[in-house]
Amino acid sequence: MTDFTVKTPALKRRHAAEKRFQWYGLGSIIIALGFLLLMVGSITIKGIGAFTQTRVALEIELPSNEFNLNDLKATNYGAIVKKALRNAFPDVTKRRDKRKLYGLVSPYASFELQKMVIEDPALIGKTTKIWFVASDDVDMYIKGNVDTSIDEKSRKFSDKQIAWVEEIQKKGDLEKVFNSGFFTGGDSREPELAGILSAFMGSALSLSVCFLLSFPIGIFAAIYLEEFAKKNRWSALIEININNLAAVPSIVFGLLGLAVFLNVFGLPRSSPLVGGMVLSLMTLPTIIIASRASLRAVPPSIREAALGIGASQVQAAFHHVVPLALPGMLTGAIVGMARALGDTAPLLMIGMVAFIVDIPTGVLDKATALPVQIFLWADSPERGFMEKTSAAILVLLVFLVLMNLVAIILRRKFEQRF
Amino acid sequence: MNMAAEEKKSDGAVPTVPAIETEPLITARNVDVFYADKQALNGITLDIPANKVTSLIGPSGCGKTTFLRCINRMNDLIDICRVEGEIKIGGQDIYDPKVDVVSLRAQVGMVFQKPNPFPKSIFENVAYGPRIHHLVKSKGELKDVVERSLSKAGLLEEVHDRLDDPGTGLSGGQQQRLCIARAIAVEPKVILMDEPCSALDPIATARIEELIDELRENYTIVIVTHSMQQAARVSQQTAFFHMGNLVEAGKTEQIFTTPQDPRTESYITGRIG
Ligand SMILES: Nc1ncnc2c1ncn2[C@@H]1O[C@H](COP(=O)(O)OP(=O)(O)OP(=O)(O)O)[C@@H](O)[C@H]1O
Ligand SMILES: [Mg+2]
Repeated sequence: MTDFTVKTPALKRRHAAEKRFQWYGLGSIIIALGFLLLMVGSITIKGIGAFTQTRVALEIELPSNEFNLNDLKATNYGAIVKKALRNAFPDVTKRRDKRKLYGLVSPYASFELQKMVIEDPALIGKTTKIWFVASDDVDMYIKGNVDTSIDEKSRKFSDKQIAWVEEIQKKGDLEKVFNSGFFTGGDSREPELAGILSAFMGSALSLSVCFLLSFPIGIFAAIYLEEFAKKNRWSALIEININNLAAVPSIVFGLLGLAVFLNVFGLPRSSPLVGGMVLSLMTLPTIIIASRASLRAVPPSIREAALGIGASQVQAAFHHVVPLALPGMLTGAIVGMARALGDTAPLLMIGMVAFIVDIPTGVLDKATALPVQIFLWADSPERGFMEKTSAAILVLLVFLVLMNLVAIILRRKFEQRF
Repeated sequence: MNMAAEEKKSDGAVPTVPAIETEPLITARNVDVFYADKQALNGITLDIPANKVTSLIGPSGCGKTTFLRCINRMNDLIDICRVEGEIKIGGQDIYDPKVDVVSLRAQVGMVFQKPNPFPKSIFENVAYGPRIHHLVKSKGELKDVVERSLSKAGLLEEVHDRLDDPGTGLSGGQQQRLCIARAIAVEPKVILMDEPCSALDPIATARIEELIDELRENYTIVIVTHSMQQAARVSQQTAFFHMGNLVEAGKTEQIFTTPQDPRTESYITGRIG
């Protein structure tokens, strides 16, 4: 009788090789996951602070003689805020110290106050406790980003300022709140006021334009090349060119956009429209290649089945082949779009690098994009922009994850078994 | 072998056409087929009578499928494939540039060697043809056509309560019968069947053979088979292919009882194949 339990040396070696391979695979996955965790973790730790904001409360006196009820904007609100600060710390007298004192609240405080008064003129003539955004220096100190052990001269935040902040804190007039302004505001020169929404909208608008242009064009080109075009020297030439285009550095497409879309067509500079057009030049080859691959993966017997009962080529393609290939096409599109989302170089070429405070609402408004914003903030000297940079990266990553999620949902919806 | 084909054409001799009493519906004259430079069929000349079953037999790779695919121009889909010679259906040259392949294939249906249902529901599989050809006017009519086709193909009994299940979830033999139902749902004049029973058990095979016999009244059928018994049972005419040549064609009893060519004889007695 044969004994099935005998393990010959050759068989043992084969089993060992199999085990080894599994360990290699598992090891690679663990290493990859480790790096991913390290990256996301460090960015989160650095950026999480940007989602909270320090605010300080001041007793604001609004004497009625300083207001003209017909023109509430005429009042010098800055002076009122400064006076409130002086009242809170009456023993500060030197000019230099006063300037430092005023630096505790954000320069935006006067606008906040103006807005409040215009909304509620009943405040005039009273003294009210009002919360203001603290300056980035105070914010950084509260978040523990100021190293008090180093010599006072070589740090921006002086011992006096620290003492004032502690005093305010003791009075309970200092709080850390959720920084909603980060998600609803545009860029600013002041780190405590800078928001991500303008860049986010810029990216969203550009990507919409990019998707609307490149997805239909890409899949139609792929369907034509794969299902209808005769395979000859010309189609081979086109194929080689598309493959080469996919590898062209994105800055080249930016230059093309600058030369053609801006200079020849005269489209508006810095606009998401042009940004999306340039990005779609870049994503088109990716979408075409991925779509062709997924069309090629549909078994030819499906085409024959349709054609064999008298479907036209267009019917066979659109009723049977394309629906089966659609999930793959979508994946290709998302890969392309994700690349476009993270790309900065072509946007720099067409001027989407401007300092944008207003939130763009249309594709013709001036705008910037998330990666460009990250680049701009990373380049700023203020300490407060450091956490904004990481926070912006987090927003970009979340955007990416959401995009992939949409792709997965769509894929589930369209998936069909062969 | 190219030269032989050339010679046959150039000497202008009338090709021998097997005699069959009924008017031929499909006539093939000197059909050569090339895959790139490789010749797969050499000067095939064959008449296929209307309302009869013609079976194509021969060893694997001899060109039966290739010939079958010429009859509804399925070979057009293969870029490297080139068809020469003349095939007429009902007197009309199907390789004439004026011929519309879509309407040709609507009337010359095909059941493929490997079952290839659409990855859709059983109902949709059968309903697709009638729908694209606008053969039905209402949903009720469509349902009738689908059920009639499924019952003709001997599948309705097994699937009547799960018409919305995917067609790809059926067994291999059921899938093949689904493909037959799909082909007959568009009511073609000619049905080409490429080994329709190769994946079927004897009972399902018997049912398909019965179906073929029934269909013969209204349709012209060409069937490729590897089973001599099947060819003998269902067909009235048999054509024997060997290495790209049509060796012999004629009435089925005659081919199986008194073959003219020694190659035919050795094939049907099981000595080559
Ligand atoms: N798409 C193709 N490209 C190249 N050569 C092909 C192609 N299809 C068939 N051939 C060749 O043509 C010849 C005939 O093939 P065909 O499929 O017609 O044989 P068959 O008689 O149907 O065989 P089987 O009984 O195995 O199905 C074979 O030599 C085959 O290699
Ligand atoms: Mg075959």
